[in-house]
Amino acid sequence: MFSFAQKRYWYFLITLIILIPGIVSLAVNGLKPSIDFTGGAALELRFEKPVFPSEVRDVFVDAGYTDTSATNVGDDKTVLIRMKQVDEETKAQLVKKVEERFGPVTELYFRSVGPSVGKEVTRSAFTAIGFTALAIVAFILLAFRKVPNAFRYGVCAVVAIAQNILVVTGLFSILGAVLGWEVDALFLTALLTVIGFSVQDIIVVFDRIRENIPRRRGEDYETIVNRSVLETLHRSLATQLNAMFVLLALLLFGGATIKQFVLVMLVGMLSETYASLFTAVPLLVVWEKGEIGGFFRRLFRGRPATA
Amino acid sequence: MRDRNFNLLILVILIAAVAIWIDWPGHDTLKLPLIKGTRDISVRLGLDLQGGTQVLLEADVPETTQVSAEAMEAARTIVENRVNGLGVTEPLVQLQGDRRIIVELPGIKDPDQAIATFRQTGLLEFIDSETFIEPGTVVKTTFGTSDPGPITPTVTPTAEATATEVVTPTAPVTETGTVTPTVTPTPAPEIIYKTVMTGKDLKKADVGFDNTGKPLIQFELQPESAQLFADHTAANVGRYLAIVLDKVVISCPVIRSAIPDGRGVIEGNFTLEEARSLAIQLKYGALPVPLKVVDNRTVGATLGSDSVRRSTTAGLIGVIVVLLFMTTYYRLPGLMAALALILYGLLNFMVYKLLPVTLTLPGIAGFLLSIGMAVDANILVFERMKEEIRAGRSLESALSAGFDRAWTSIRDSNISTLITCAILFFFGSNFGASIVKGFAITLGLGVIINMFTAITVTRTFLRALFDAVGEKIEGKHWLMGV
Repeated sequence: MFSFAQKRYWYFLITLIILIPGIVSLAVNGLKPSIDFTGGAALELRFEKPVFPSEVRDVFVDAGYTDTSATNVGDDKTVLIRMKQVDEETKAQLVKKVEERFGPVTELYFRSVGPSVGKEVTRSAFTAIGFTALAIVAFILLAFRKVPNAFRYGVCAVVAIAQNILVVTGLFSILGAVLGWEVDALFLTALLTVIGFSVQDIIVVFDRIRENIPRRRGEDYETIVNRSVLETLHRSLATQLNAMFVLLALLLFGGATIKQFVLVMLVGMLSETYASLFTAVPLLVVWEKGEIGGFFRRLFRGRPATA
Repeated sequence: MRDRNFNLLILVILIAAVAIWIDWPGHDTLKLPLIKGTRDISVRLGLDLQGGTQVLLEADVPETTQVSAEAMEAARTIVENRVNGLGVTEPLVQLQGDRRIIVELPGIKDPDQAIATFRQTGLLEFIDSETFIEPGTVVKTTFGTSDPGPITPTVTPTAEATATEVVTPTAPVTETGTVTPTVTPTPAPEIIYKTVMTGKDLKKADVGFDNTGKPLIQFELQPESAQLFADHTAANVGRYLAIVLDKVVISCPVIRSAIPDGRGVIEGNFTLEEARSLAIQLKYGALPVPLKVVDNRTVGATLGSDSVRRSTTAGLIGVIVVLLFMTTYYRLPGLMAALALILYGLLNFMVYKLLPVTLTLPGIAGFLLSIGMAVDANILVFERMKEEIRAGRSLESALSAGFDRAWTSIRDSNISTLITCAILFFFGSNFGASIVKGFAITLGLGVIINMFTAITVTRTFLRALFDAVGEKIEGKHWLMGV
């Protein structure tokens, strides 16, 4: 039989390599919070002729809004302007000034958030993430209560989920630095959904292990795990493929407004398939075989072993 | 067993027929013999899809100050009345928490004007003035000012009263009317004008038009105020009765004659929009708590319709690819799953129309994602079936074993998704992010409906198929995707 679990230390090394750029970017650049969290205003204008965002920005700077940024979205006729919070009248005046200079514009989108609302959103976002993590650990403990060491399954699942979060936020941090992408409420929604689906994926594999343990008494734990992974591999790939089809269609043909949202899902799905197979399962084997101490020793010696 | 499956098949076909009937394009009302009247079952599009404005209003008082629930409810009612006066179709005005009001105005043309209309504190006063006051001038009045300053024109009324009462006829009034412009520049600093009446005295206010078609405001006073107004106008013909909103002069008409019946008009240089918004201010009076806008989201109609078009295309393409994949990869069972998936789509859409669910862009994404996940249950079952067939079982027993053994996985994974949906839903409700809520609702509904289509429907279809052609396909493993 193909020995999947034997190469576990290689997986950990690859995982680390995948994670490093994101972690570095998170440490250096952090995440760019959107106005959902900080308060401020965003205004999307559509012009009749192509315009340079920097020239549009000048109108706002001249009016005293020095902290304004402007970028093209979609095409060169659409400009997204981000600025500090303004009320409706001020916005109308500013738009009038833009029209005087560049001709008629259509207001596609306007959003203005007060700082106190932003603070609340941040607070409830953290609460939501905390609750999700707790609820999922509790659920796994419940679902696997008849398996020996159910707690380990829960912890391994959480580690895999944490890895997913790190991959997605790391990527967003990089994209934030390169393309100016911001973290908004939709990003959190996507992230929480990825967490939910990660659990789903991990549970299917763990469920097989749970089922195979009593059926294959006398078999080595590693063999049981290998068998379980192989048996669920087709399903994992087929399911992921289907989700990918839908998400890719949304990414390619869907509107610009949810591009970031869909991308988070897409990367999250990929990362989730990887994490359930190459993090959650090998970690479980390491733990069940009592290699935890050895694992850390190897990790700190920085030399991966192929066993 | 066969009979039971036959009954199930009939039931599934019936459900499909109902779903198609309800989903049928243009089928926007539902008439059932048992329910009185018709029910609107048109598809509801969220603000991000049809364009519109969402505003979160907050009581503009220090955070430590408690706002009473009654005051907030009263404020909500006033805002709702003002919003209704704007003529928006299907607006939504709801209390959120204990100091916020959320207002949704779908498909509104001028959001700035609308917001200005319903957030104003709207203190309306009629003030007495000897001279013409230029509209736009900020004035001080006797009403509501805490510092009781000297009221300048206190003595005048009585003196004038006797004089004017004699000259009541219309002729001199017009004369004063023409004289006004010349008297205009009277820079009198720190005049505190006397408030004759406030908005509370008004019973009705509507937009009307004068002879030239210019908009004006017609008003009617409360019966008890009508007398006061009659007395005042009778005593002050020739003087000005300025109309002041939030201490800003809106118009400054001259009293041409006594108004005994409590009815009158306000003329000014209004556009129709301004007149309408002013009439709303007059009609619904002052807010018990000042409100400020803390979150304001406006999506233009063009962006909205573009989103609908794009996400529909994306959805169709995604679904077709999934259907093709299932049929090519799992052959006959895959084809049955594809049929069940079409029913899944029909059922979801039916539930959206019946509940109703307001569709938002993330909501559509949630639905599409749920399609990707909906096939997961089928995939789990089919993979099990393939294992059983490889192990040499018959089609019938592979079928039931496949469903039985995949069940725990399906159950557990769906529960975990539902937990996430529940958290997203509450997270979304917390700060009015209706977009997050929309996603959670469609995804959650998808998971629940999926339990029915992926398990009961697919199994029923497969059983019916095996009953019909089982002998012919027994042993032909490639048909089962093995």
